[in-house]
Amino acid sequence: MITLEGVRKDYGGEVTIGPVDLEIPRGGVTALVGPNGAGKSTLLTMVGRLLGLDAGTIEVAGYDVTRTPSKDLAKVVSVLRQENHFVTRLTVRQLVAFGRFPHSRGRLTAADEEFVSRSIDFLDLTDLEHRYLDQLSGGQRQRAYVAMVLCQDTEYVLLDEPLNNLDMRHSVQMMKHLRRAAAELDRTIVIVLHDINFAGHYADHICAVKDGTVVEFGPPERIMTDEVLTKVFDTPVTVIEGPNGPLAVYY
Amino acid sequence: MAESTVLRERTSRTLPTPRARLRYRIIVSVLVVLAVGFTFGLLAWDNPMPVGSDGFWRIAEMRATNVVVMAVVAICQAIATVSFQTVTNNRIITPSIMGFEALYVAVQTSAVYFLGVAGVLAVKGLPQFVLQIALMVGFAMLLYGWLLSGRYGNLQVMLLIGIIIGGGLASVSTFMQRLLTPSEFDVLAARLFGNVSNADASYLPVAIPLCLVAATLLVLSSRRLNIVALGRDASTGLGLNHRRETMRVLFLVSVLMAVSTALVGPMTFLGFLVATLAYQFADTYDHRYVFPVAALTCFVVLSGAYFVMRNIFYANGVVSIIIEFVGGLVFLFVILRKGRL
Repeated sequence: MITLEGVRKDYGGEVTIGPVDLEIPRGGVTALVGPNGAGKSTLLTMVGRLLGLDAGTIEVAGYDVTRTPSKDLAKVVSVLRQENHFVTRLTVRQLVAFGRFPHSRGRLTAADEEFVSRSIDFLDLTDLEHRYLDQLSGGQRQRAYVAMVLCQDTEYVLLDEPLNNLDMRHSVQMMKHLRRAAAELDRTIVIVLHDINFAGHYADHICAVKDGTVVEFGPPERIMTDEVLTKVFDTPVTVIEGPNGPLAVYY
Repeated sequence: MAESTVLRERTSRTLPTPRARLRYRIIVSVLVVLAVGFTFGLLAWDNPMPVGSDGFWRIAEMRATNVVVMAVVAICQAIATVSFQTVTNNRIITPSIMGFEALYVAVQTSAVYFLGVAGVLAVKGLPQFVLQIALMVGFAMLLYGWLLSGRYGNLQVMLLIGIIIGGGLASVSTFMQRLLTPSEFDVLAARLFGNVSNADASYLPVAIPLCLVAATLLVLSSRRLNIVALGRDASTGLGLNHRRETMRVLFLVSVLMAVSTALVGPMTFLGFLVATLAYQFADTYDHRYVFPVAALTCFVVLSGAYFVMRNIFYANGVVSIIIEFVGGLVFLFVILRKGRL
């Protein structure tokens, strides 16, 4: 379980995120949705201890993220930011293998290699594993980053807009991969999504964020309604019954 | 194509294919041969005594100091630059811009400015050497500590301020140099080119241990440096205390740079050139493989330049000039041919 209590982050004078009180249950996929600048990424990066908090506490599986040594936390929670740019020239496999660092401290054992192979296979990167990252398309690279985070083998996985740069097919595949990871590997996945329909279809819980506070939290059925979405996104939204569940129409 | 991928072993080793491993081994061997060749050349070329005789060794021993100095400088510059580029996440940077050399130039210039030609002697000697190192490391730590631990814990800002302070010191030095008499300036100028002959054998008992300890510590943290190279967020996510690691590496880098600069003077381009070449040669991200190649390349470049200067141009001294000229050409050639850093 991820618990946020009175979490606040100040950006200069006017912009403040929080205070946020939130409980994200263990298991399944939880999607953070909301308009631009609502603070979704800020919340996610704070949970992933990449950003310090100005007030409040965050606990992941009982560990206080600001006080637990980073080294120990890396075995419990992994985090992937929106933009990743590496100066170093790495192959897919070398990148994914970095995910084992918290466990191996850089000395890979046969078991680690096995794990790396599994993560690569899991995201269908087997044929690409010896390619360099700069030889891949944006979508393939995005999958490689996710493979690295999964390879870290943590109970909690935080992903900031993993569907960025992905086309329809790859977005759907990525969401299926993440669902499978949650189900088969028993991970708790927290993910920032832009497309409300992806959240509605693939997430188990949706957390709607607006102006730095959590306005709604619940199963997709509760969030995917005209009034909730219209309120959250400040734009008229109509939810219709699609062939595979509710669809938000906003244009 | 498909077959070859299937046949390839599934391993995350740094050099995944036998071909890459062979290539690495060949490059290291070539560098070792060149290093040994130039060392022998420096010791034996133009040595009037027959090889192996008593007199030969006596002359060789006198020249050996220079070779040892080169080795120290090579290790310092190579390891420091590669590490510095890693923690700053920037492959086109060199630690000398952090004001080490400007500080050295300022110290030397003000010595001559205030004390006249005798000033050059005033900044020579073991205590002065240690003091200069302490000054440079202290200056660097002040800058790092202030800029990295505060609210603005930002590497880019630190680099910028380092460059500005360096620039400021350099212009103060230039101003003082303008006011020197020609003869004083002449004496000073000789000290301001990076030159292996600037080093005094009496410095070595301090320089060698400092260089070895700092370089060893950095080489031992290769695996962590590999993670640091992924940037702040990724390395934090992987459980590394990024700020502490950065400070530790920057401290060791400042020790290495201070030793090298206090020993032979400014070598601005050398570290950058060597680090870039080492990445081209080693063709890997892994510091365990890049460090040895970088140090060897640095020694080959230094000793080669020195050998050429001394025995072909009979211009004892200004090694940094030839390094910057030939090194620059090699650098351009390699980059243009490969098309990436």
